[in-house]
Amino acid sequence: MAKDDVDERKEVILESGIKVKPVYGPDDIGNIDYEKDVGKPGEYPFTRGIHPLMYCKRPWTMRQYSGFGTAKETNQRFKWLLEQGQNALNVAFDLPTQLGLDTDDPRAEEEVGRVGMAIDTLKDLEDAFEGIPIDKISTSLTINSVASIMFAMYLVVAEKHGVAWDQVRGTLQNDILKEYIGRGTWIFPVTPSIRLIGDITEFCSQQVPKFSPFSVCGYHIRESGANPVQEMAYGFEIAIAYVEHLLGRGLNIDEFAGRISFNFDIHGNLWEQVAKFRAGRKLWAKIMKARFGAKDPNSMSLRMIAGGGGGGLTIQEPENNIVRGAYYALISALSGTQTMALCSYDEAYTIPSKRAAKISLRTMQILADEIGMCDTVDPLAGSYYVEWLTCELEKKIAECMEKVEKMGGMIKAVESGYIQNEVSYQAYLYEKKIQSGEITKIGVNKYVSEDEEEQDVEIHPFDSAAAEEQKKRLHEVKSSRNDNEVKQALAKLKEAAGTNENLMPQILKAVRCYATIGEMTQILKDVFGEFQEPIGFK
Amino acid sequence: MKDTNEKKRIRVLVAKPGLDGHDRGAKVLVHALKEAGMEVIYTGLHNTIEQIVNVALQEDVDVVGMSIYSGAHLPLSKKLMDAMKEKGLTEQMVLVGGNIPHSDIEKLKEYGVDGVYPTGSTFEEIITFIQEGVRR
Repeated sequence: MAKDDVDERKEVILESGIKVKPVYGPDDIGNIDYEKDVGKPGEYPFTRGIHPLMYCKRPWTMRQYSGFGTAKETNQRFKWLLEQGQNALNVAFDLPTQLGLDTDDPRAEEEVGRVGMAIDTLKDLEDAFEGIPIDKISTSLTINSVASIMFAMYLVVAEKHGVAWDQVRGTLQNDILKEYIGRGTWIFPVTPSIRLIGDITEFCSQQVPKFSPFSVCGYHIRESGANPVQEMAYGFEIAIAYVEHLLGRGLNIDEFAGRISFNFDIHGNLWEQVAKFRAGRKLWAKIMKARFGAKDPNSMSLRMIAGGGGGGLTIQEPENNIVRGAYYALISALSGTQTMALCSYDEAYTIPSKRAAKISLRTMQILADEIGMCDTVDPLAGSYYVEWLTCELEKKIAECMEKVEKMGGMIKAVESGYIQNEVSYQAYLYEKKIQSGEITKIGVNKYVSEDEEEQDVEIHPFDSAAAEEQKKRLHEVKSSRNDNEVKQALAKLKEAAGTNENLMPQILKAVRCYATIGEMTQILKDVFGEFQEPIGFK
Repeated sequence: MKDTNEKKRIRVLVAKPGLDGHDRGAKVLVHALKEAGMEVIYTGLHNTIEQIVNVALQEDVDVVGMSIYSGAHLPLSKKLMDAMKEKGLTEQMVLVGGNIPHSDIEKLKEYGVDGVYPTGSTFEEIITFIQEGVRR
């Protein structure tokens, strides 16, 4: 290449701050030892993937996020998704449910069924899964602060379907630390919240061994503004906080680490994302082995759901998001994900319409079946650029983790508001770059179509009749249950919450007699108190 | 009345009403308004309209901004306007931003909202609108 050509090239700096050269060659990966740094697929340090045959054996799981309105409506959508060939469910709950408020709570007004389905009691979850083969699917429950309650409900529903708990498969999101950073459905202070995660994990180890008790979400941290390095680093530091809590309770690392899963984001630079995941797998394996002494390779394997992030989609010219979604799916597959959920093209502004959800599912199916994505494992391995970038990202992620470690770990960094501040400042810098055109978004700051008729977005309509219906149902359940039984169960829950004992058995008891989410949450609030959001801006 | 030559910093309340946890937009705006020289008070998440109005009153703000992504912008804005009126907060400029369809802008303005800034609005337009409006 002529010198002039190089000089004229605009400098490429990734979001992670890594400078990219125009050409890479053997010298750039001279220090990489294949056996030690990359390794075969399915072998330590798992850079190339966590299974020896990856998609050659089985393509990724396809699991679109869905749920709205009442449990009955959601049940119809679930059935439809399964008929379309989806093999797992990813359940969305409305905000009152996620915040432990009953439908008839004044704070729930206008929010019932809006961004997910409303659940007040076990009865609702029974309706949501009516006729769904719980033994044949895996279910992801997207809920955090009150994950213990929803998990208990799901287990009782499984029991009523005649499915033994040791056969129930799925994932709880149950990652409270990221809720304090982004997404915001926190209720209780940090310490008791982590205790609840510990209770669930311990309970799973004993009785529900096929269920992933928590899924650490770098995803929402990135959606809140973090760059890819922060996404991975903060995600790992969160996972470490949970691991340390569990070890502190006397669990053995190999008892639970094999069921930890991660939820990560995909948008932005293709190569940076792929390298981020390859680096992440490698780093996580090292942490689990060296720092925590894991012996089981499963404990060292980073399992993830990685889907297209809503943050990459635009409200302008929404159909362009279909194209972006296809690229994100490609990135996800090239990154060796276990499960994929794509943001639908309308997800920048609403919960997915049926049409949008179907396009997302088809996008993944086309990728799996039409263009050779499952022919061979980790086809990018050995690329000078990808391997070099993988090493650079590993260093950057480790450095970012070191900063959190120096502050005393993730719990302290979140309680002080440090992480929240770092992330929101990063979001601000990113937004400035979008507005100045330094970062290109087609249809937003480049190739903006002025002449076309302005397209407006359609938001999933708020169904006030469904909200009323839900209220009515709640009152029906409340008037037909045995109130004495509920009172006793709640009193026992309160008593247990004040001790160190595992709360799952008491929550299960309360759930069985149709105590409401609001009642149980209030009991826990009385004992635990509420989180006070630290507010500060740098 | 203060001396008009004395440059008073514009005070803005950025609020997150209701249960919605999407605070990226609100926080990014806080950074931008601060950089533009304004004093900004941020409520944090999960506020009721009553709490927001009380903060606006206590902090003697010039501008009240609400950021809403859950789709509940119409009822929440109506409530805010009613509650502000009730407390005698009629001089303040009110802005609403977030995930808002263009077809709802007119309705929000009918409620008395001064400026509506859906996703995709620039810092510059918001800052200019505030600076011109508050000076008025």
